[in-house]
Amino acid sequence: MSKRRVIPGFGMSLGFSITWLSLIILIPLAALFIKAAGLGWEEWRELLGSPQVIAAAKLTFGASAAAATVSAVLGLLVTWVLVRYEFPGRRLLDAMIDLPFALPTAVAGITLCAIYAPNGWLGEILASLGIQAAYNWLGVFIALTFIGFPFVVRTLQPVMADMGKEIEEAAATLGAGRWTVFRRVVFPLLVPALITGFTLAFARAIGEYGSVIFISGNLPMKTEILPHLIIIQLEQYNYEAAAAIATGMLVVSFSLLFLINLLQRRIDWQNR
Amino acid sequence: MKAPKLLFLSSILATLVIIASCGGKSGSEKSIELLNVSYDPTREFYVDVNRVFAADWKKQTGQELTIQQSHGGSGKQARSVIDGLEADVVTLALAGDIDVLESEAKLLPKDWQTKLPDNSSPYTSTIVFVVRKGNPKGVKDWGDLVNPGVGVITPNPKTSGGARWNYLAAWAWADKEFAKDESKVLDYMKRLFKNVPVLDTGARGSTTTFAQRGIGDVFLSWENEAYLIEKEFPGKTEIIYPSISILAEPPVAVVEKNAKKHGTYEVSEAYLKFLYTDEAQILAGNHFYRPRNPEIAKQFVDKLPALPLVTIDADFGGWATAQKNHFADGGTFDRIYQR
Repeated sequence: MSKRRVIPGFGMSLGFSITWLSLIILIPLAALFIKAAGLGWEEWRELLGSPQVIAAAKLTFGASAAAATVSAVLGLLVTWVLVRYEFPGRRLLDAMIDLPFALPTAVAGITLCAIYAPNGWLGEILASLGIQAAYNWLGVFIALTFIGFPFVVRTLQPVMADMGKEIEEAAATLGAGRWTVFRRVVFPLLVPALITGFTLAFARAIGEYGSVIFISGNLPMKTEILPHLIIIQLEQYNYEAAAAIATGMLVVSFSLLFLINLLQRRIDWQNR
Repeated sequence: MKAPKLLFLSSILATLVIIASCGGKSGSEKSIELLNVSYDPTREFYVDVNRVFAADWKKQTGQELTIQQSHGGSGKQARSVIDGLEADVVTLALAGDIDVLESEAKLLPKDWQTKLPDNSSPYTSTIVFVVRKGNPKGVKDWGDLVNPGVGVITPNPKTSGGARWNYLAAWAWADKEFAKDESKVLDYMKRLFKNVPVLDTGARGSTTTFAQRGIGDVFLSWENEAYLIEKEFPGKTEIIYPSISILAEPPVAVVEKNAKKHGTYEVSEAYLKFLYTDEAQILAGNHFYRPRNPEIAKQFVDKLPALPLVTIDADFGGWATAQKNHFADGGTFDRIYQR
């Protein structure tokens, strides 16, 4: 220890952090990988390449990406409204955004299902238009949008609130129209936070089980999500296969998140 | 140099101590606790049984007995016990789910099913059809389930014990109808599951889908659950008895390793034996389970009529075989969904 750190307490706080991280993240993940390693290569390939797993993976990642995208667009709009305008009930609306965080996901799933089922409020209207919402891929998408939405709003909100009106005013005095101000000044500043929000919503959606299970219908090859396949393997006491699917999911998710992070860095760097 | 390292190590220790101190146990000799881990539709039945048995036990021994109940999908419950839920007794939907307590965790002896009379199943049940009032789709038997436009509700046999009984009952009918021609039987099963719009993970989930959401025309259900639906939604549904069904034997067992550790072996055994007494058999009948005692079963024959029933041991070679042939990866259930 030749150099003493300026901020005291480094050893102690690092100790706490490492122990804590090990206990809640590293050790369980290591156990997962060890369990998954119980399968041979052939079994891995057969399991992860089976049509059921591939269909479920397409649905899980596809619906998650779609839901996160919609959350990002609508989240931007909602945040804009919440931050930029004063209107009665704003506080209430603001508090409501957090509901999907607090609600048990099973409750969310059952509620959404009750509303979007063919005999539910909205389901009835959609059914008359020939659209089946619950027990279809659309139901999965709806549930994932519901749970992912607050992530976007909550990451964008502080950034937008801090932004201040000065730069917009400056842009306006230099002759930029409203659209140009948004496109060239405001939006680029929001992009990093927007990507973070998208990433959080996306990651959350990939792992979501509780809410989706009630609304998806769980039909093999059609509306099964990957976490449900893991549960099915567990029900058969096939812990290795469950761990293998989980590991596969984890690797794909991690790669996607890593790519998004890289993208974000590039954008950050360009903005500088 | 030393101080930071010491702090570093002690902080690790402190975190561990805090976590370790969150556990803890308490107990006394005057009172005794029992945990019964069961499956979904038995909730109401065991509430009654526990009340009566606890009173009996107090009279006999003076001990205050509290029986905790845990309910959920049968397979999930078995997994919880394997993973360390310290059940004293298990009362699950099928023998296969108790077998795994032995094969996966050695929690009870291999011959557990011989410890109590009648395959350790104090009550039985079967699979019936629940249809909408007036039976608008005219569903009378298994063959009608594959008619176009008939929506069939069943949970997923991969995750639900009840659904496995449904699946095997349908299979048994088709096996007889098509004279054991397996490709025809498979084709029937394929058409049957084409008519299934939702596969819930457990029996209660399917009940909700059918009764509350109004999805489907026929619900393949536990007999007792079918009567519960009638009670909950009076005048909305009818129960149809098909020409053939399956004898479902939900077995019970003492989880010996846990019971011995808790010192509850004696009371656990007495609890399960109590299920065979007249008193408990009548309770079973009241909750629409079929009592094993033939004398008491007679009292309930109006509600729970006799019908031809296949059995898992005689017709499917026992649970282990049925599980492997039909529900394991690559079994018939996977095959009907592929291609």
